[in-house]
Amino acid sequence: MPKVEAPVEKWRGRVQEVRLGGDGRKQVTVGGESTLPFLHFDGEIPHRPVIAAEVLDMPPADWAENVVSAWGDALKSPAAWAKKAAQLGADLIFLRLASAHPEQGNTSGAQAAKTVSQVMEATDLPLIVVGPDVAEKDNEVIVAVAEAARGQRLALGTVTDKNYRTIVATAMAGGHAVVAQAPMDMNLSKQLNILCCDVGLPKDSLVMDPTTGALGYGMEYALSVFERLRLAALQGDAMTAMPILCHAGYESWRQKEAKAVEGVPVSWGDQKVRSLLWEQMTALTLLQSGAEIMVLRHPRSMDVVRGVIDRLMARQGPVS
Amino acid sequence: MALTAIEIYKYLPKTNCKDCGFPTCLAFAMKLAQKGAELSACKHVSEEAKSALEAASRPPIRLVTIGKDGRKVEVGNEVAMFRHEKTFYHQPGLLLRVKDSAAPDKVAQEMAAVASYKVERVGMQLSWNGLAIQNDGGDKAAFLAAVKLAQAHPELALVLMSDDPDTMAAALGDPAVAGRLPLIYAATEANWQKMAALAKQHKCPLAVRAGGLDALATLTEQVAAAGIEDIVVDPGARDFGDSLNALTQIRRLALKKSFRPLGYPVITFPGEKASSQEEEVLLATQHIARYAGVIVLDHFSPAMAYPLLTERLNIYTDPQKPLQMQAGVYPFGKPDPASPLLVTTNFSLTYFSVSSEIESSGFPTWLMVVDTEGQSVLTSWASGKFDAEKISKAAKNFKVEEKIGHRSLVIPGAVAVLRGELEGEFPEWKIMVGPREAVGIGPFLKQNWAR
Repeated sequence: MPKVEAPVEKWRGRVQEVRLGGDGRKQVTVGGESTLPFLHFDGEIPHRPVIAAEVLDMPPADWAENVVSAWGDALKSPAAWAKKAAQLGADLIFLRLASAHPEQGNTSGAQAAKTVSQVMEATDLPLIVVGPDVAEKDNEVIVAVAEAARGQRLALGTVTDKNYRTIVATAMAGGHAVVAQAPMDMNLSKQLNILCCDVGLPKDSLVMDPTTGALGYGMEYALSVFERLRLAALQGDAMTAMPILCHAGYESWRQKEAKAVEGVPVSWGDQKVRSLLWEQMTALTLLQSGAEIMVLRHPRSMDVVRGVIDRLMARQGPVS
Repeated sequence: MALTAIEIYKYLPKTNCKDCGFPTCLAFAMKLAQKGAELSACKHVSEEAKSALEAASRPPIRLVTIGKDGRKVEVGNEVAMFRHEKTFYHQPGLLLRVKDSAAPDKVAQEMAAVASYKVERVGMQLSWNGLAIQNDGGDKAAFLAAVKLAQAHPELALVLMSDDPDTMAAALGDPAVAGRLPLIYAATEANWQKMAALAKQHKCPLAVRAGGLDALATLTEQVAAAGIEDIVVDPGARDFGDSLNALTQIRRLALKKSFRPLGYPVITFPGEKASSQEEEVLLATQHIARYAGVIVLDHFSPAMAYPLLTERLNIYTDPQKPLQMQAGVYPFGKPDPASPLLVTTNFSLTYFSVSSEIESSGFPTWLMVVDTEGQSVLTSWASGKFDAEKISKAAKNFKVEEKIGHRSLVIPGAVAVLRGELEGEFPEWKIMVGPREAVGIGPFLKQNWAR
């Protein structure tokens, strides 16, 4: 009988651990793995990947009807929304300050600080807070949020290569972490990490957003970027070793395959089933490529994906 | 794993006779290692050395074919752990399992649904590969009846599932069934001699099932020694965690350790441990991305088939040859002759970024896609595949002036430099420079076309 020896890879590196959340409140730590996703025979996986619920500070204008109805009245206030997400088992809240966009209300830094305080009263989950992706407004609202939530160790964003100094400095001053986004290229992600660390940001205060493509919309590019970042980290490159954040919810739900109820081929099948699978399959594929923080939209997807993570984290004894 | 020149050299006569056309045996060995020569050029190599060399140059994962034509499943012969290292070559077969204990009219219906399903994506027709028929209650007559129903769909790939060699023999006794070259599932420790004999007699591929990799490797060696080459393996792992670990180990053993006893495609059954249909689809998703060759599901509906076929297409896209969109003028949201006209390249990722921003902006829009051989905006501009001449030629080919009433063209912000050139090519047109990033398209349309 041939004795099969488990083909273990000896990795030199390890994913950077990042802790989020404040004193006396729930905390979440991600990263720390010394192996590829869920390969328990190969190394250690000290922390499971986590699920963040995407919450907006205003009722979403263009979300699919089945997501809107699943959240119901909670969508009317970010505090109620976050509270419901916590009840549904989210590990984190991903709060998007959409109303600060110049064309969505142009709300102020003071308003942003107030919103974040309300959300923190409603739930003790750790928060990721990002601006409306308009550089000046991002800086304005994130500076105010960082002040208001001093000591709560939020992850603040979105940091890009064109706009990183203010948010990084603010995060450092307030003891927060940042989310750094680069456009789907391993080297650009690494470059941005270096820029952030060069101005003094500690390595344990950085989460990478290497940009997500949804199923059918560039998912395979995101997959390969995630995998290459993770392989480089395990081979010992500390500047690619930050935990990865993935926008499976946002990217999936803006595609026709998730949204369209009519005017699509019969062969696409029932929209309610198809749309949820679109989000869940994007999430699972990218979790298995290296994502540690999975941002999702639909409560049912949060539930199903969490169940699958449970089963991937369970060690079922040796296979050989 | 390919042999090095030195390893090959050991098997050669080392006489430097030059009959092969090379000055020395070592030079010949080096050519062989680079696949620049054939071993048959050496007339003096011993039979023993020949078979050793042939065995060593076999692909690390055997290529196995299930079925004949139509939707046959051809899997194995993979060379990479990760798609960016090279590519994943042979898409896993997606099959639906039907059980012979179910009502025959329901079975017939399910078979017809699988056979008739078609969906189009990026210009390709995608479909389900086939059926697995399970002998569920151990009743031979029921199995034969279910197999007979599948004869209505001869184009589908077939897996016959019974652990009873007599039942399997009876099904294969029909030459029309055996002639489809179905996968025989499965040889186990208890029945492998009889199953191997059937596979040999009917020249069909054979699945081998055992619990754990040790037992599996033992069994494949026995089956291989009995003369069966086309083997598909089932390590018995059924849940998310254990199947990810088992399939990864099998792939690594084959590719990195040249471990022959597990150098075969893997068959999986994602429905067996799933607690919902969503979980079944997600486990199939994992199997597509992580190393399965044949995936047998227990449910089928268009709403799950379409995303799974899309997943398979994504994972098996060659990273060196990105998917290209067909060039043309694409309408979004019922545009009329007054709607804006944008231009971009046919790199699929560029197209998807642009089209999804147009889609979510809600603006009726025309998008002209120019054939840039699958390159992105800046790359194709830099290599001369996306210039004023190409764009104006495309506009003429697609008869843009007949579709559109106005004379404004929006070009990507990244190639603003093309504006001057384009104004030369299109003297009566107004060339507008759009945003640099796709994400700016919504606001740009709103600003310039809001009514």
